[in-house]
Amino acid sequence: MDSLGYELSWYLRIAWLLPLLGFAIEVFGGYWGTRKSKTAAYLAIGCIGAGFVLSTIAFCRWNSEMDAFGHADAAAEEHHAATVEPGFSGQAAIADDHPGGHAEAEHATDAHTDEHGDAHGEHHAEHKSIEALSGTIYTLGKFGDLEVSIDYYIDSLTILMFMMVTLIATCIHIFAIGYMSDELTEDYVDHHAHTSDGKHVHRPGRFYRFFSYFSLFCFSMLGIVFAGNIFQVFVFWELVGICSFLLIGFYTERKSANVAANKAFIVNRVGDFGFIIGLMILWTYCGTFKFGDYEVDGHERPGLFSMVRGHDGELAQEGDEVLLKTHGHDGQWEAPHDGEQKTIPYMLLVVAGLGVFGGCVGKSAQFPLQTWLPDAMEGPTPVSALVHSATMVAAGVYLAGRFFPVFTTEVLLAIAYTGCITLFVAATIAIVATDIKKVLAYSTISQLGYMMLAIGLGGWAAGLFHLITHAFFKSLMFLCSGSVIHGCHHEQEMPKMGGLRHKMPITAYTMLIGVIAIAGLAIPGTGSLMSLLTFGAVDKPLAFSGFHSKDAIVATALAYTQLNPLHFLLFLTPLVTAGITAFYMFRLWFYTFAGAPRDQHVNDHCHESPKVMWVPLVVLSFFAAFCAANGEQGSLFSMLSFSEPVGLADGMTATGTAAITVPSHHAIHEVHGTAGAVALLAAVLGTLTAYLLYCKKVVDPANIKTQFSGVYNFLVEKWQFDNLYDAAFVRPSHSVARWCSGCDRNIFDAILHGSVKVCIWIATIDRKFDEGIIDGLVNLVGNVTRSVGLSLSVFQTGRMRQYVMFIAVGVVALFALLFAFMPKA
Amino acid sequence: MDQIGLSPVLLVGAVLFVCGVVCMTTKRNGIGILMGVELVLNAANLNFVAFSRHTSLGLDGQVMALFVIVLAAAEAAVALAIALNFYNNHLTIDVDHGDELRG
Repeated sequence: MDSLGYELSWYLRIAWLLPLLGFAIEVFGGYWGTRKSKTAAYLAIGCIGAGFVLSTIAFCRWNSEMDAFGHADAAAEEHHAATVEPGFSGQAAIADDHPGGHAEAEHATDAHTDEHGDAHGEHHAEHKSIEALSGTIYTLGKFGDLEVSIDYYIDSLTILMFMMVTLIATCIHIFAIGYMSDELTEDYVDHHAHTSDGKHVHRPGRFYRFFSYFSLFCFSMLGIVFAGNIFQVFVFWELVGICSFLLIGFYTERKSANVAANKAFIVNRVGDFGFIIGLMILWTYCGTFKFGDYEVDGHERPGLFSMVRGHDGELAQEGDEVLLKTHGHDGQWEAPHDGEQKTIPYMLLVVAGLGVFGGCVGKSAQFPLQTWLPDAMEGPTPVSALVHSATMVAAGVYLAGRFFPVFTTEVLLAIAYTGCITLFVAATIAIVATDIKKVLAYSTISQLGYMMLAIGLGGWAAGLFHLITHAFFKSLMFLCSGSVIHGCHHEQEMPKMGGLRHKMPITAYTMLIGVIAIAGLAIPGTGSLMSLLTFGAVDKPLAFSGFHSKDAIVATALAYTQLNPLHFLLFLTPLVTAGITAFYMFRLWFYTFAGAPRDQHVNDHCHESPKVMWVPLVVLSFFAAFCAANGEQGSLFSMLSFSEPVGLADGMTATGTAAITVPSHHAIHEVHGTAGAVALLAAVLGTLTAYLLYCKKVVDPANIKTQFSGVYNFLVEKWQFDNLYDAAFVRPSHSVARWCSGCDRNIFDAILHGSVKVCIWIATIDRKFDEGIIDGLVNLVGNVTRSVGLSLSVFQTGRMRQYVMFIAVGVVALFALLFAFMPKA
Repeated sequence: MDQIGLSPVLLVGAVLFVCGVVCMTTKRNGIGILMGVELVLNAANLNFVAFSRHTSLGLDGQVMALFVIVLAAAEAAVALAIALNFYNNHLTIDVDHGDELRG
């Protein structure tokens, strides 16, 4: 397994670093090639495509190992001791397949074990999992026991994310060649930006720049997924932030793009503030950032996850403190030098969890920081597809999933409610949005809410399952909308479209696949048919990926609500929203592609996109349809659950401030049928409503709009969030800024200016003194000397006889004076 | 020989001196001026000799006079050389022509 970790880390490492290489080359594209060359694009596609190939290799290697593990599992109980072998930096061990009795015996001897020892002894018996492969690539700094390094942490989730990100990014890169072809010019006219004299802005095309940003973005995103410690995640987290800033503000000449880019960046900073607080707490109390276990000077040390959760997934709580497992039950980790038991106050663990989740809230655009995502649609559409469906916003959900072991039940409850609020708020706003990309943006927020909800409910695999399926169908739909926008010459308003399916059939029907997938439609009763067709391998109804993943989430929610009736909203809201989702997505499709053209001008000029744009659509639609085939029995889900945090499969019970029972897999499975049925019913109802309103025109939507104008305006104003933030933060900070600038200008500048003026005045006087008095004196001496000399030169006749005369007369005169004034003796 | 008092000698010296000075101031001929200078020097010599009688040794004034005579000879040699060069440059020894150094 050591060698496997090492091997996999190399595949993924290269896949991760290739886009960085691409970026380093592409960024100079403007100097090397002409603006009309597509080299940058090919380079970027090459890098990310190679990354996809490497991820696929890693995927295959992992799966074959996993299968081998699965087979060996039955026999593993006898010789598990042999497999638990502390390795070199790439340490990996198959663990947690202890027979129950063994675990119990260990607990009994360990004084630090909590009171639930006997309870989770049973869990061990049926829990099977393979530990993640982790190790260190490069140590950045070492301070005693503390170490900051570049690590890797590879499990099913990492590999699936790598596959998903590289595949989708490759498709989007290819699509962007077509979409961004306008930029292949020396003189690009931006019709949305005006110079001060009211003319359109002319600028050189930025094709190469776009692709270099893309490459950097992919590098950052893969860095997050690859990272083996939370600090490394944070570094790439910020890199993703800066890339999204650059891409959202790609059309820098447009004010709206600048504002949107700033908004995305600043709102994310709010979340990152929490993230940093979480990091500080964990660093202080745990002394490490690493996820996985590691080795210092030959001593085995537990990583964050093992430290908080141990091997059994339970917190060791003792009063207000949580015991950190610095030495394991089976003595796998040696005691720290001082031999003291490390603890962390329970409250601080909660705060750390909430803080890290705060970062996820910002990145994944959850309530209350969701406002940046719709504005971020200012970027070019491939950016929206990459940034806002598969990668950047996925990073938040990914981290919430990755960091799951550190979250306490209070944090999980907060996550669940945040997701719940988000998914409902965003879905309702999506109903009234008319910009095709805005609808997708709100649906993204809403779906991200679903994922967060699932993670909060303990449906770890369900949430991340939805993350992956959603990434496919949402990037598909974004690219379709990009194709529509490109075909309609940058028209984004749905009321001006309509009937486009005749003009652009491929776009329309691939989009329909995405819409059906996100709506979660299925053909009921086809389960047995499918079972018949595939000889029992598949017994799920015929449905696209979204049905399966949403089904899993709703089932988790239902099981959760049955166990915790107090939190019934956590089931009802996603159920209702499933209907709303189906409604607004079909509204979008009917609005855009069905019916009669509303704007003849737009319709006349629109055309199907070129091949380079529709081929990615077809590829993505294939994955959107079938990536989750067979739902929870399918390969994708089972692979994910393989790396599920320990202890989750059997549910968890927590007491204290948040008395929560997390449902076990078994409980979820029991209610699956019911949940699937009601979710499907909601989706069908939503679809039917959309069909009746927007296709059959049973009721004119305009009438409804006027009837419920209050609600309508409330939704159009996005639940007043933007106005609220405007009033609460933006305008106050503007006025503070104005006050500060006034302060600067009127007080500090005035003082400075005053002192400068005084200086100048003193200098003037000094100059006058110098010039008038000092120089005057010196000049006077000179002048007097000169004039005396001049006047004396008259006597210098050069006549010798005269001189003799002077001497003689002088002597006589002297004598005369002598006699006249000498006192008489 | 009767003692001649100091005063007649000083008087002769003074007359010689004044003659010398007058000669220097009035003569335009360079050689004439040199002669005036000789008169002045010899007036001084006369005074030295006259005063030397009244010193304890009685010889020091006469030694000084001898020095002056030697000095005068040297001076005459230099001055005559100057006069010759002057004549070379001006084709005259009229000292009034030598006024290039006037202010």
